[in-house]
Amino acid sequence: MYADGERSIPSESIRWAVVVVVALAALLSCPAAVCAQEEGESTEGDTLAAVTYAPPTGLTSVDTPNDRGSAITLSWEASADETTGVITSYEIYRSTHPDTGFAYAGKVPPGITVYRDSGLENDIEYYHRVAAASAETTLFFSATVGPTTAFPQWFNSNRVNVLIGVIIFVSAIVYFVTSARAGKELFIRRLAGLDELDNAVGRATEMGKPILYITGLSGISDVATIAAINILGEVAKKTAEYNTRLIVPCADPIVMAVEQEVVREAYAEVGRPEGYNEDDVFYLTRSQFAYVAGVNGIMVRQRPATILYMGMFYAESLVLAETGSSVGSIQIAGTDAVTQLPFFITSCDYTLIGEELYAASAYLSREPVLLGGLKGQDTVKFIVGVLLIVGFIVATLAATNVIPADFMAPLYVTG
Amino acid sequence: MRRQIPLMLCFIAGVFTAVQYFIPHPAIQDFQERFLAWLMTLLAFAFLLGTVSLIRLHWHKIRNKADDRGYSFVALAGLLVMIGFGFFHPAHHSPGSPFNTLFQNVQVPIEATMFSLLAFYIASAAFRAFRARTMEATLLLVAATIVMLGRVPLGELIHEQIPIATRWILEVPNMASKRGIMIGVGLGMMATALKIVLGIERAWMGGGD
Repeated sequence: MYADGERSIPSESIRWAVVVVVALAALLSCPAAVCAQEEGESTEGDTLAAVTYAPPTGLTSVDTPNDRGSAITLSWEASADETTGVITSYEIYRSTHPDTGFAYAGKVPPGITVYRDSGLENDIEYYHRVAAASAETTLFFSATVGPTTAFPQWFNSNRVNVLIGVIIFVSAIVYFVTSARAGKELFIRRLAGLDELDNAVGRATEMGKPILYITGLSGISDVATIAAINILGEVAKKTAEYNTRLIVPCADPIVMAVEQEVVREAYAEVGRPEGYNEDDVFYLTRSQFAYVAGVNGIMVRQRPATILYMGMFYAESLVLAETGSSVGSIQIAGTDAVTQLPFFITSCDYTLIGEELYAASAYLSREPVLLGGLKGQDTVKFIVGVLLIVGFIVATLAATNVIPADFMAPLYVTG
Repeated sequence: MRRQIPLMLCFIAGVFTAVQYFIPHPAIQDFQERFLAWLMTLLAFAFLLGTVSLIRLHWHKIRNKADDRGYSFVALAGLLVMIGFGFFHPAHHSPGSPFNTLFQNVQVPIEATMFSLLAFYIASAAFRAFRARTMEATLLLVAATIVMLGRVPLGELIHEQIPIATRWILEVPNMASKRGIMIGVGLGMMATALKIVLGIERAWMGGGD
């Protein structure tokens, strides 16, 4: 009691009152969405927020097309408040029930309105909601969408254009191979490097020196290596006829096994199976520069009359070719490695550029069916050339606004 | 049958690999992954094949007293020592182990030395390529001089247009020819693969029918 007779409030009571008021204020200001999010479940935070922002609208969910299932693609329209910069992200929630159990699935930054919800189970119905998250980490939820089921597809429709290209290509090859089988004469232009092969083998025979055949460092899964092996078969037939030694150091054990078989068969085919020496087709090493050291050693010691480089090459190409040049060998190279072509052109006597490597086997064997394949390949190249010119014209017209910019969009490869 | 079975296997594997590109269904994709895993298993065995070939070749050279058998001794000794340290030393990859010490102090410097030879060979190859004996070689010489100058600060000091000319040479005529080659290569690859899958190209089997 105070002296003036007014009713006094004990200081202890005031302290408690302050504590209670502060606690209530703190409780009310705590965003329910945040509290719920910490528990791993979403809630209608927008009803409790002091400031309300527009949620995303127009949410749709579809099974992700052209995939192996387990994914649903969501898309929505951005929150009307995104342009003001208050939206920090869009959070995606997923549930197997339309009303409850929504769990956080992922988020995307503002400006992105598509999300691929992956890692789902196929043939299960899912519901989704997307929330616009504000800087205060308050969530403003869209309407729930669903149910949507993820399932795998049996055909990737994004690759229809590739399929059409493959069908045209296969048809052209089959047509010309069939024509060649029927006896139609097919012209093939001269390839100087391959024309020189007979002379190169003859030179080696006269000099009594071996021929060195190198198929590069790639494995058997590289088509360039397979093309090189095809050429090796033809070269081995010639060396078997001339009784010239053929040395084939390999950088891959599987390639070695195939090359041994190819050379053995080639020697058998020309009636000289006894001329084949298994020790001449051997494994050296997988290591790039150890291989170079090994092959260079063979070049310097054996001084081959002719060296053939066919297949895929990397930085070792110039070291090999310059060493071969220094020992006075005739060198013929063929590779589809665009970056190594200048080195071979500089250091070798003849170079097969790019696709000539793939044509070499047909050129050497002169088998009509193989030549038919080449003709089919050329036809498709012509079609590709025409398409390139058309594309060039359309792109130019689109760039100058003569035609719409997305005129060719339906033909773009998307898969 | 000796030829028919490999051809049939090649056809089935080739067609399956092509078809799976268009089918995303897990039934096909999972099989393709297993297919590739088989390839890895096969590769592991292939290395054994390579090692046997290496030992066999050098053993024959030593046994036949070939002139260069000294190299064979070194190759076999190196192989056996590294296999020995690799198999019998615990934690052979850890720093300081005999295997690691030999690899880092012998193999790596030797390979680096071989690689560094490239710089000298580039100089000798450039000298040969840049002799202006023909129209093409002269063009190459001029283009290469501009590109080399445009890649270093000296080029811009000589003339401000040199880096621009360098970029044009690399991005227009050079890129056009590279793309032309690459289109041809792509089609050549497809045609070769197709001919092998269909059994038209059989040289990989040693030729013949």
